[in-house]
Amino acid sequence: MARRQARRRRNNVLRHAIHRLILAIPVMFGVVLIGFLLMQVVPTDPATVRAGPTATPDVIEAIRSDLGLDQPLYVQFGLYVWRLLHGDLGSSIINNVPVVQELGATIPATVELMVASLFWSIPLGILLGTLAAYWRGSLLDRAIMAISVAGVSVPVFFLGLVLIWFVGFQWQLLPFTGRAGPFYTPEGAMSLILPAITLGGVFIGPVARMTRTAVLDVLTADHVRTARAKGLPERLVVLRHALRNALVPVVTLVGLQIGFLLGGAVVTETVFSWPGVGRLAVGAILSSDFPMAQGCIIVLSLGFILVNLAVDVLYAALDPRVRAA
Amino acid sequence: MTDDLLRIDGLRTVFRTHGGEIAAVDGVDLSVPRGRTLGIVGESGCGKSVLSLSVMRLVAHPGRVAAGHVALDGRDLLSLSNAEMRDVRGSQVAMIFQEPMTSLNPVHTVGFQITEAMRAHDARASKADLRDRAIDALKRVRIPAPERRFDEYPHQLSGGMRQRVMIAMALACKPKLLIADEPTTALDVTVQAQILDLLRDLQQETGMSIILITHDLGVVAEMADEVAVMYAGRVVERAPAGALFGDPMHPYTLGLLGSVPRLDEERENLLAIEGSVPPPFALPKGCRFHPRCPFAVPECRSEQPPLRPIAEGHQAACLRAPVEAFAA
Repeated sequence: MARRQARRRRNNVLRHAIHRLILAIPVMFGVVLIGFLLMQVVPTDPATVRAGPTATPDVIEAIRSDLGLDQPLYVQFGLYVWRLLHGDLGSSIINNVPVVQELGATIPATVELMVASLFWSIPLGILLGTLAAYWRGSLLDRAIMAISVAGVSVPVFFLGLVLIWFVGFQWQLLPFTGRAGPFYTPEGAMSLILPAITLGGVFIGPVARMTRTAVLDVLTADHVRTARAKGLPERLVVLRHALRNALVPVVTLVGLQIGFLLGGAVVTETVFSWPGVGRLAVGAILSSDFPMAQGCIIVLSLGFILVNLAVDVLYAALDPRVRAA
Repeated sequence: MTDDLLRIDGLRTVFRTHGGEIAAVDGVDLSVPRGRTLGIVGESGCGKSVLSLSVMRLVAHPGRVAAGHVALDGRDLLSLSNAEMRDVRGSQVAMIFQEPMTSLNPVHTVGFQITEAMRAHDARASKADLRDRAIDALKRVRIPAPERRFDEYPHQLSGGMRQRVMIAMALACKPKLLIADEPTTALDVTVQAQILDLLRDLQQETGMSIILITHDLGVVAEMADEVAVMYAGRVVERAPAGALFGDPMHPYTLGLLGSVPRLDEERENLLAIEGSVPPPFALPKGCRFHPRCPFAVPECRSEQPPLRPIAEGHQAACLRAPVEAFAA
């Protein structure tokens, strides 16, 4: 009986996920279109970049027709989408490396950085927010909120630079430039620490604040009073009946914030020379490497959409009322 | 008199505000006999809910119990440690609330919430055993298909069903006292009657005492053995239900009864009590009811009348009780 119920619950969550996935398709199309158009309004000609500073107009013209840039815009876009659907994002106009290959090499680094940042900052933020809400108005609450305001106000690059200067440079405790390997190697793990602290550091504040608000809201709810009236110990009242319910709004808000975290990842990767998609995007934009920049935009957006999809699914798993709808 | 399960003496519950402390419950004495039902009636804001939360020691900050004794089976609840009090809650005194819609946690199954209450007082019980006991509890409150309901969430149940779940949860650990705070107010009239029937049957089955808090005199008339009428944080009249309804002694009770519509009497207008309940930070001097009382005399303005016996088992806090004029 219980097993069947659990299976039904899983099926509902699955159906919810598929539904959301279908809704993500038009969003993705929009991202591709806007990414494409953005590159058109940039006042640089890719053919000129490709040809180099010493090229004659004939050569530039030849490259232009070679890249299909002399075609009408809608034909270019159609071709671009067609190739995209076949997994072809074009090649860098700087060094002719396929964009897909370059992205394949950088995505793991970015995912690693994001996961490492969230892995410590979300639980810590939720813990701090819950403590602040439970002891509302106390010294602890005020201290936690002060830290969180500071966390929100400090720019990512500043925190990164401070960490590099003291921990990396002055005290020589940790490496601060580049990625020495995947996270499961000792060197890789060491090189991941400072970037992950930097990127996660700016995330604790918002998570703590959102958790505090949500928990405060739930703590005054009738069902919390019921839980106390049952004779549950405070620990369980807070964990099972306040925090558990508060997680529903917190998860939603955290999901939305992860978009900003992607922006932070671009900065963090640049500051720490972390070979991820963000740094790749910055380099591509600065060197007018259009196909590469477009590829990065698509990957970052796809990441954002996937995170939100995960949030939606998690939301349904946390709130039975959403599941039923 | 010795067979009282619960005795409340001089209970005073205050809330700290910017203007100083205000007393929501101000010197209440009550007792609940074993196996009987005490009805507490009064308008909203008279302190009846705060009184019940004070017994459970669940008054939320900035409120606190400032004085008095609450003795359950002779044991003073107010002097227990937090851990001891936690043990009393649910297992000896249980509570159900007005809003069955919001009183259950929406993210846990009905079964989980019932077994949780049992587990809190019996850590050694096995999962299967708890499940069986919870399904039994659901059966006792006459929920159809309890095995299926066990795995459902509150939003899948109707209001009446949720209140039944609340009752099942409250009774899961066989408490001696059930405090029901407006248990039927949020429900349809037909469902109300079913819930009241259920409470009465369960009381007969288990021998528990009930404190029934309501503003609905009809509910009290149907359920209560004894009635206490509260006004502005104080008990103004106490009597067995029959005596209270047949021969009310306090002008406020009289007013309350006059405002109940009846089908068996020809009445032009319902009698309303003039004015409104004074807020606890602006209580009048003397008898708290005197500004609204049609029978008030000058002494009522200066003296706060104590609850005193007027007839056998019948007490009222009124200088003028019993007055023949009341009957007119």
